[in-house]
Amino acid sequence: MVHKYRLNGFNVVLDVNSGSVHLVDEVVYDLLSYLSAADFCQSFEEIELGKLRDVRGAADLRSAYFEILSLWRAGLLFSEAFGVSEADLEEKLSGSPIKSMCLNVAHDCNLRCRYCFASTGDFGAGRKLMNLEVAKSAVDFLLERSGSRHNLEVDFFGGEPLLNFPVVKETVLYARSLEKDKDKKFRFTLTTNGLLLDDYIINFINDEMDNVVLSIDGRKFVNDEMRFDAAGFGSYESIVPKFQKLVSHRSGKDYYVRGTFTKKNLDFSKDVLHLYSLGFDQISIEPVVSDLSNPFAITESDMADVENEYENLMNKMIVMRKKGKCFNFFHFMFDFGNGPCITKRMKGCGCGNEYIAVTPDGEIFPCHQFVGTKEWSMGNVVKKSFNDGLRREFIKANIFSNEGCADCWAKFFCSGGCSANHFKFNGDIRKPYGLACRLQKKRIECAIFLNLVGKLGSAIG
Amino acid sequence: MRHIKTLFEGAFKPGAESCLGGCGECPSSCQSACKTSCTVANQKCEKIGAHLKVRAKKSN
Ligand code: SF4
Ligand code: SF4
Ligand code: SF4
Repeated sequence: MVHKYRLNGFNVVLDVNSGSVHLVDEVVYDLLSYLSAADFCQSFEEIELGKLRDVRGAADLRSAYFEILSLWRAGLLFSEAFGVSEADLEEKLSGSPIKSMCLNVAHDCNLRCRYCFASTGDFGAGRKLMNLEVAKSAVDFLLERSGSRHNLEVDFFGGEPLLNFPVVKETVLYARSLEKDKDKKFRFTLTTNGLLLDDYIINFINDEMDNVVLSIDGRKFVNDEMRFDAAGFGSYESIVPKFQKLVSHRSGKDYYVRGTFTKKNLDFSKDVLHLYSLGFDQISIEPVVSDLSNPFAITESDMADVENEYENLMNKMIVMRKKGKCFNFFHFMFDFGNGPCITKRMKGCGCGNEYIAVTPDGEIFPCHQFVGTKEWSMGNVVKKSFNDGLRREFIKANIFSNEGCADCWAKFFCSGGCSANHFKFNGDIRKPYGLACRLQKKRIECAIFLNLVGKLGSAIG
Repeated sequence: MRHIKTLFEGAFKPGAESCLGGCGECPSSCQSACKTSCTVANQKCEKIGAHLKVRAKKSN
């Protein structure tokens, strides 16, 4: 399978199975529309090229064809699919232990963000904090179920986890106390809206959290339009200095400033650059996940604008990089040579299989976005119950069986998408949501192009 | 080549022995990052030690 696209006047070709990328001229670009791997068994003269033979010169077509042929022979164009079947993948995944856990330590929040998927913190089920016993049971549950995995991830999430900071702290200490004995390494992440950060908490986070996700949407008016407290005050003024302080003391450890864009800021590249101007260089801005009935929801009619804006952002990044101003935009990051293995590419998300989310009551859901959806309740860490049947449903959500993924050129970068989104919009964890796929593909095209700029230098920028 | 410039030779060769991989030591979802979607493109592989996130150079 081959995917070709034009960007900034360049013709880019991705060979889907091998992951090779080529820049091609117009003749090859046209010719590729007519070819498939089966054609290479016949002579060039026999291949059905329709009108192309009249439009392009014979010598040009012929030399272009033989270049394509040589790349096919080298396994870099129209390369074969991997010899891995869906059954192989499922067999491999069915042996996976649980290795990651989202701890919703506070189903409560001190903000009332308009787009909150947790219904402004309580997941629609009443405000509640997790007590330490439940948190310890969750850590025990993870340790018991983690088999031979060494690295275990625990994310403190909510609501706003800092509303329950004492339990965050005690849980970290408890887990750390078991690491040596159990031969495990815990990697903690905390996601926060920033309001409750103070020097003590900042130091604790920078010492103990391997990653920290700082929620801010960008420019002040954009942020404060969506992120405000119960009295209606926007969070921007309070959080920016705290985030700057935290990041300046991070000593190279991972972090993201992470925002959401909505219909109200389809010019979100300005928010990305604003965050960079505040001193942040690890930036993620994501499309809102919301019922389409909300006035800020991103709908079909916004798609072209959002796609253009990704391109716009990419071009701004190219210009800035030339001036030595570099930052990472989460969804444009990747490395062709050293990406994940095939297993990961066939199923990227471990939701409900390797990864679970736990509520303040200890109830288990497949991931943080499923929390509160009763039909997906998987058990309880306090009762040590776990529904393996539901787990198998998630193993089957992969690029072989998700609707449309097997034939999608983006499959080895997207890896089947987000089951929670599929379910939210299509009622089925294996039925990808078309608009999300469209944006995913656009981001991947831009990300590939950004990598090419690195490779070719000024010739392409 | 006159018509084609190959910029990346794909990492995946069908039939390679290490084809399936999957030691499972890397993060298993979007959970430690954006929390709203999954993309493996930016995931670090722990096994080969590839550190995909090159820390951005600070500008002056
Ligand atoms: S973009 Fe959509 S169809 Fe393509 S692999 Fe991802 S989820 Fe599947
Ligand atoms: S289902 Fe979606 S939201 Fe849940 S862990 Fe996977 S990618 Fe993230
Ligand atoms: S660490 Fe590398 S080999 Fe192991 S599962 Fe992740 S991507 Fe695959």
